Amino acid sequence: MPFSQDVETIELELLLEAIHRRYSYDFRDYARGSLKRRLWHRAHAEQLPTLSALQERVLRDPDCMDRLLVDLSINVTSMFRDPGFFAAFRADVVPILRTYPFLRVWNAGCSTGEEVYSMAILLQEEGLYDKARIYATDINERVVARAAAGTFGLDRMREYTSNYMQAGGKESFSSYYTAHEDQVRFDPELTRNVIFAQHNLVSDKSFNEFNVILCRNVMIYFNRTLQEHVHRLFHESLAMFGVLGLGNKESIRFSGHESCYQELHEEQRLYRRVR
Amino acid sequence: MDSGLVAIGCSWGGLSAIRRLLGRFSSDFKPAIVIAQHRGVDSSARLLLELLRPSSALPVSEAEDKAPVAGGNVYVAPADYHLLVETDGFALSLEQRVQYSRPSIDVLFESVADVYGEQAVGVVLTGANADGAAGIRAIKHHGGTTLAQDPSTAERAEMPAAAIATGMVDTVATLEAIADHLMEICRPPVQSGGAHA
Ligand SMILES: C[S@@+](CC[C@H](N)C(=O)[O-])C[C@H]1O[C@@H](n2cnc3c(N)ncnc32)[C@H](O)[C@@H]1O
Repeated sequence: MPFSQDVETIELELLLEAIHRRYSYDFRDYARGSLKRRLWHRAHAEQLPTLSALQERVLRDPDCMDRLLVDLSINVTSMFRDPGFFAAFRADVVPILRTYPFLRVWNAGCSTGEEVYSMAILLQEEGLYDKARIYATDINERVVARAAAGTFGLDRMREYTSNYMQAGGKESFSSYYTAHEDQVRFDPELTRNVIFAQHNLVSDKSFNEFNVILCRNVMIYFNRTLQEHVHRLFHESLAMFGVLGLGNKESIRFSGHESCYQELHEEQRLYRRVR
Repeated sequence: MDSGLVAIGCSWGGLSAIRRLLGRFSSDFKPAIVIAQHRGVDSSARLLLELLRPSSALPVSEAEDKAPVAGGNVYVAPADYHLLVETDGFALSLEQRVQYSRPSIDVLFESVADVYGEQAVGVVLTGANADGAAGIRAIKHHGGTTLAQDPSTAERAEMPAAAIATGMVDTVATLEAIADHLMEICRPPVQSGGAHA
């Protein structure tokens, strides 16, 4: 079936080109496998037989583009995801941060904010929050708005409590939120030093110099070219000896920036900029 | 990408099946072997690797995002991520579970079909659901090779049976016969002059 395969690739590339030219969202260097799945997911939901048909609709119907954007941003996240990462952050990064008079943390690809609240709680418990600013950004405005609202499903609190404890939490986790029916609202004090904003890692520039950049499970959706681009952006944005945190199955090893960083931990993906 | 890729999916009873299967491969097996096994969200990768390594003559590791897919290696999908292959290496995704599973065998197989085409081999082993059946279709559709464990010899028959029910499985066999068959079909053609394939 070499023919049908080729046609699909052409259709996919034309669709990405159309999205880029019409809406300036650039998905051309996203990893193809999951991108293709998400595009087909939208095509099926719109009852369209081909990616070309999806292209036609997306070009003429901005609402369809909106729906596609929701499909393309995979927002799965949780609080204290990979508790070992946060435990290592407490043990090995916090002592470094104590020596700074002021702290800027960039949480890039923060999705609905679970990671932001996790980091805010950690910094608070370590007595660092008052001198910190957390910049929480994502390409998707809707998730950024949800992050800023600070409400999460009650049904996940049991899992988060367990993560929090494994991550070395020092308080009672429930002291950070109040429950209303099936929702919980996190203490707004936790976000008094958080700036929420939309930011696209593909096309937007750096906007500050940071001591910590967290970008976990975001670059897994990018191909190597785009991953390189984002690593360059992070390298430019990270102060010397600043710390970069990646997702647990991501590694700096497969990027051209390996030599700029020193591993801070054997198992967790925490790196310190050394050049 | 030269020597093809063997993708293996398993679920319930998968660990002992994989150990038996890997135990049969000799160290000169050329294709990469990539395994998607359903397992607990927080199951330890280290433990799984420790259990698999002693039985395998091929090096076993956990697949990492963007790492190259090297022939002659065995890769295991990390718990709680989908594993896909791209032309330049592995890719992970946190997309929703597919048929209650992450890693999903279908997701892996479909990407392997896309990238490896006729060089793709899909193998469905023991399991208590229907994951892998759609993936088998995809691999066959792209001209690849498909195998399933004989359900009567599997710890749980449902998964290989669902794969076979697609009508697109080339070979149904015991674990040992599957390994031997793979060694046979993936043997580089012997060329006159002894040039390495
Ligand atoms: C799987 S979530 C990761 C959430 C969180 N960091 C974690 O690890 O739990 C991936 C996020 O990356 C965001 N994203 C994808 N492409 C992006 C881009 N070009 N710029 C900024 N964020 C992006 C998505 O919108 C999504 O919220």
